[in-house]
Amino acid sequence: MPLLDVDELTVTFGGRGRRADRGRDRDRKPTEAAGPTEAAGPAEDTSVRAAGPAGPAEDTSVRAAGPAGPAGGNAVRAVNGVSFSVDEGQVVGLVGESGCGKSVTSLALMGLLPRKGATLGGRADFEGADLLAMGPRRIRDLRGSKLAMIFQDPLSSLNPVVPIGVQVTEILKRHRGMKGEAARKEAAQLLDRVGIPDPDRRLREYPHQLSGGMRQRALIAMAVACAPRLLIADEPTTALDVTIQAQILELLKELVDQEGTALLMITHDLGVVAGLCDQVNVLYAGKVVESSGRRELFAHPTHPYTHGLLGSIPRLDAPRGEPLNPIRGSINDQIAWADGCAFAPRCDRYEMGCLTGTPELTEPREAGHQARCVNPVLATTEVPA
Amino acid sequence: MAGRTRIRIPYHPYHPYSYNTRKKGARGVLRLVVRRLLQLIPTLLGLSVLLFLWLNRLPGGPASAILGERATEAEVARINRALGLDQPLHVQYGRFLKRIVELDLGTSTQTGQPVWDEFVLRFPATVELSLAAILIAVAVGIPLGYLAARRRGGWLDVAAVSGSLVGICIPVFFLALILKGVFAVNLGLFPTFGRLTTGVDATSVTGFAVLDGVLTGEFDASWDAVMHLVLPALALSSIPLAVIVRMTRASVLEVLGEDYVRTAESKGLERRTVRGRHILRNALLPVVTAVGLLTGSLLSGAVLTESVFSFGGIGSFIRTAIDARDYPVLVGFIMFIAMVYVLINLLVDLAYSVIDPRVRVH
Amino acid sequence: MSLATTKTSKIDRLAELTAKKETSSGASLWREAFRRLRGSKMAIIGAVVIAAFVVVAIVGPWLAPYSPTAQTWRGEVLANQGEFVGARGENWFGLDHLGRDMFSRMLVGARQTLLVGVVSMLIGLVLGALVGAVSGAAATLGGRAGQRLDDVVMRVTDIMLALPSLLLAVSIAAVLGQSLTTVMIAVGVVQIPIFARLLRGSMLAQGGKDYVLAARSLGIRKRRIVLTQIMPNSLSPVIVQATLSLATAIIEAAALSYLGLGNPDPAIPEWGVMLSQAQRFFDNAPMMSMYPAVAIIITALGFTLLGEAMREALDPKLRG
Repeated sequence: MPLLDVDELTVTFGGRGRRADRGRDRDRKPTEAAGPTEAAGPAEDTSVRAAGPAGPAEDTSVRAAGPAGPAGGNAVRAVNGVSFSVDEGQVVGLVGESGCGKSVTSLALMGLLPRKGATLGGRADFEGADLLAMGPRRIRDLRGSKLAMIFQDPLSSLNPVVPIGVQVTEILKRHRGMKGEAARKEAAQLLDRVGIPDPDRRLREYPHQLSGGMRQRALIAMAVACAPRLLIADEPTTALDVTIQAQILELLKELVDQEGTALLMITHDLGVVAGLCDQVNVLYAGKVVESSGRRELFAHPTHPYTHGLLGSIPRLDAPRGEPLNPIRGSINDQIAWADGCAFAPRCDRYEMGCLTGTPELTEPREAGHQARCVNPVLATTEVPA
Repeated sequence: MAGRTRIRIPYHPYHPYSYNTRKKGARGVLRLVVRRLLQLIPTLLGLSVLLFLWLNRLPGGPASAILGERATEAEVARINRALGLDQPLHVQYGRFLKRIVELDLGTSTQTGQPVWDEFVLRFPATVELSLAAILIAVAVGIPLGYLAARRRGGWLDVAAVSGSLVGICIPVFFLALILKGVFAVNLGLFPTFGRLTTGVDATSVTGFAVLDGVLTGEFDASWDAVMHLVLPALALSSIPLAVIVRMTRASVLEVLGEDYVRTAESKGLERRTVRGRHILRNALLPVVTAVGLLTGSLLSGAVLTESVFSFGGIGSFIRTAIDARDYPVLVGFIMFIAMVYVLINLLVDLAYSVIDPRVRVH
Repeated sequence: MSLATTKTSKIDRLAELTAKKETSSGASLWREAFRRLRGSKMAIIGAVVIAAFVVVAIVGPWLAPYSPTAQTWRGEVLANQGEFVGARGENWFGLDHLGRDMFSRMLVGARQTLLVGVVSMLIGLVLGALVGAVSGAAATLGGRAGQRLDDVVMRVTDIMLALPSLLLAVSIAAVLGQSLTTVMIAVGVVQIPIFARLLRGSMLAQGGKDYVLAARSLGIRKRRIVLTQIMPNSLSPVIVQATLSLATAIIEAAALSYLGLGNPDPAIPEWGVMLSQAQRFFDNAPMMSMYPAVAIIITALGFTLLGEAMREALDPKLRG
């Protein structure tokens, strides 16, 4: 049995009884930042209700990016039936461009979506218990101890007016029952473990006194403080200098290997995926469009989106003057999954079959390599990599 | 640039990795105090010029203020000579300034007593009232603003927001009248005027009636003073309360959207830890500033409230001074208020530099 | 043939599916703010209250059933003995302490109250914006000399802000004597530093924006940048403040009246003056105070609601 088994996860924002925010939701930009955190922040008791797969609301399943129709349905489905699993000690990637629902997925798993305004569907079994159906108290106990998370922007993710030391020790006090000097010593050791020099002094300092890389190290120290079973890393290197990025990834890999922690890596960076992940899930418009082992994915990208993503990376060995191959359009150019493949408007390979209902996940190439496509890329010759 | 290796770098004052950037401590604070006090000087000087010119512009001038409207020419001339008003303006201003520096604010035309003595006598009452009002505003406003933000769109939020909007639209003196009419006159729950019921035996030690009672063991007197404080303090607290509720609410809403609150939640911390350490400690930073500024502006409201309740503080005194055109008192009071205002600002800055580590004391 | 049909139908189908959502057009800040304002309950209530107030202020004197100054029922009211006349058939709001019809006085008084509010707001707005604009322009594009000028101006507004507004008003009233004009000037002058600070701060914030840098790098003259780029983008907080200050002006004017600095001329009723006269009889005739007080509160509330709604509508942080 996998450590984490996510089955048909859906997240819907807005919809019923949120008149006050109606106008605002409609205008929301398709950035991830405009997602749940801006709406209200985590509700005090972040209780998560599993509402079951919301059948009747299917027609309103417009994605976060697309402005909903002017009249009805201001509900926005940010995650639309995502399934994947993470085994013990495995590193799994969740890949997609901004607005595809990958951050919302991670927040839903952590129970950090606002209680009001976000409706969850599906299951997410963690060690046999459904995270989505869990009461606020139980998931609060899990968070930070067995389930930990690292966020994108290390500066804004640290409390600016509380010393680093307090921010590290508070998690030790909460989950490991440590006190006073013992907690402080342990915190210093944690900082040392994540490669922060002179930890005793750093503990007394405030986030603004640390460099970007060190802040992310401090956040990682907090996340691994209780040796979690699953660590979710939401674009942990995006806000950092390129030189620091590699260090942080290296550190993450090391920690995960040492403790046997499973890592769910959320990223838009295929380089990170190539260097770190065992299993890769590619998300587009709130659905998994391709899922496979890392080598297989890079060798044979099967969904046109994945294919396009890999093809759009500029290559150093390409001849001078060769044009770049971007995927045309933006994530705003999409249609509802219920009507067909959301990627169709940007796809060179779409056909009539793509525009009649949601395509199923199939294994067109080989077992264990799934793609959600009617007209998948099968010819090996086309692979640019 | 964090070190990639895990070698400990020993502390060295000029090493970029180990230089302690957090230099604060008593000396920095002292420097801030001195700097702000020096900044006070041009402000007060400018103010004194304005006041001096104002005094000179007054209809009839000081002479008629002292002698009344029906003074004869000869009397006015005599007074003017006695006051040095026949001398050039800058000489007059010099003397005006000298007296202010010596805290010689003149003599009240109402009571015949030195203005400074009158202030010292009445100041504790006003401080007591203002403190009580700001205490009510903080004690009610911050929790209310927090809950309103947490239950955004709920009935409590709607009530708090509309209540605070109405609160700033009610003239303070009218609210005082209503409170007095309903709770003191009609229901008889509270006394209608003054600081202490006549006949209550109270020894004055500090001038603060509530504190005096506690100090001397006359708890009856303390209680009596508290009862006298309730209604005026409530009336006076209306505007600060409204402002604090709205500021706290807005600030908490903003902080709730911050990443570090999400981080705190992701650590599975207890709710009260998230609330106290991560939400409120950040959200209250701007509120602290507001409380300071509001305390300064309370003195304005105190003039109105005190006069409704005949509270016997500076406010009541100013009210009668306005009626009696008691200019020495008004001038003294304005200088006095300006000083208090700047000092409160200084205190706010100090408090801010203590609670927000990002603010450096240079 | 058949291939061509599939291809066109494929494109048609895609077009049909993508057309389901309307693309949001990039509306201007002002138009979008106005659109949001129309959707705001606060704004609508505020606007309705203000509209009603303005209508009463304009046509009130013609609607008034009796003369607001004639002491027609003088004999029925014995203020000294606490005998007052409340609401009744012919006098809807009862009589005041001199036996005048309260309803008529309320209707006529609206005009004076509006006048006090608007004139003092304008004094504050015009002078404050002038000071603020000069200071802001000097600080953003005036070089070192400009910054020094800005320093001096801001120190002066500091001094003004350090004074409790009521006392500043009292001092001004003391020089100018007791009249409605005094009240308007006093209340207006108090607003000057607020407007000045607001506009300057806003201009300073805009001055640091990239589009100003872009304009400068294009070689556009500084005066032109200030007038055509910085100013229009800095005005929204000032407009919000203007609306809000109409509320404070009316309240402050009432407070000044209470302190005995209002209009001494009984021929012209004004809500603030009416309230300050009536409050002396509050214990015996509370309703006499209630009418003007409630009218002042509701009017102030109307301006406050509209101002707050505008603030929200113009807040760039809340823009989509």
